[in-house]
Amino acid sequence: MWKWLHPYANPEVSYHFAGKILPWLSALAALLLSIGIIWALAFAPADYQQGDSFRIFYIHVPAASLSMGIYLGMAIAAFISLVWQFKLADASATAMAPVGATFTAIALITGAAWGKPMWGTWWIWDARLTSELILLFLYLGVIALQNAFEDKNLAGKAAGILTLVGVINLPIIKYSVEWWNTLHQGSTISKLGKPSMSVEMLWPFLFCFLGFIFLVSVIICIRFRSEILARNSLRPWVRTLVLQCLTQEKTNEV
Amino acid sequence: MKFDTFSAFINMGGYGFYVWLSYGITAILLLILILSSIKGHRQVIKNIAHRKQREDKLRQVRKQQLKQRNS
Repeated sequence: MWKWLHPYANPEVSYHFAGKILPWLSALAALLLSIGIIWALAFAPADYQQGDSFRIFYIHVPAASLSMGIYLGMAIAAFISLVWQFKLADASATAMAPVGATFTAIALITGAAWGKPMWGTWWIWDARLTSELILLFLYLGVIALQNAFEDKNLAGKAAGILTLVGVINLPIIKYSVEWWNTLHQGSTISKLGKPSMSVEMLWPFLFCFLGFIFLVSVIICIRFRSEILARNSLRPWVRTLVLQCLTQEKTNEV
Repeated sequence: MKFDTFSAFINMGGYGFYVWLSYGITAILLLILILSSIKGHRQVIKNIAHRKQREDKLRQVRKQQLKQRNS
């Protein structure tokens, strides 16, 4: 049943597959994000309590949930790489870390810019904000470990263990608004049951969210391809591919 | 459109600074990430090409040395 997946364990096949879906993912990301952002900024209604500051929601919430989603993906990849020594999983975990760190930073910064007008402060040491900050430090630690060793396998192992230990932070972030008293509001979008927001706000949010998901996949694809090349630099297929790329660049220059 | 004039759109009901700050920083950070990823890919290809050139040169030098010794 899962046999169709087997060829993708080959780095060369994976490299070309990622390259093939890249333009489609980019087009979808550009389309959905431009629709979503314009809708969110200019056409969505203002919140009856928070006014137009609510428009920060359309990037803050996707960035925050993606920061956790990417971490979960990275943890699954790290687990697969640690248990089954599957090298492509390690490459994908390495590709995901900087993307996740950027989205965590975006969630924190947009959250601060939303908190200032709504709560009267840029920052407060409460459960949700602090645990999200710890997520950023976890990402930075993982990136540092990935670059700390010359040997990529050793680096992957060390970073993978830190990634798996850090998974404990994910439920803490998710449920921090329920477990502790916090300034942070509860979730606006609930997966089960009816969302507590109006349809006029839900649609632009969905466009933004999906757009960000595709953008994340685009960036991960690019970085994944670089990782594959760097880790297989001695293989003949990489050598011929590099030669092709360079000759193509030279003809483009001429 | 929810805004009547362009200045109302920029003003965002008094929250303009915070809204545009959020969107601006998000755009800048994502742009940096995308550009550095693309640049990183080119860099990897260049590095591999350099390494190959160095190895080819080494191989040639070794061949010549062998020839000189034999002759």
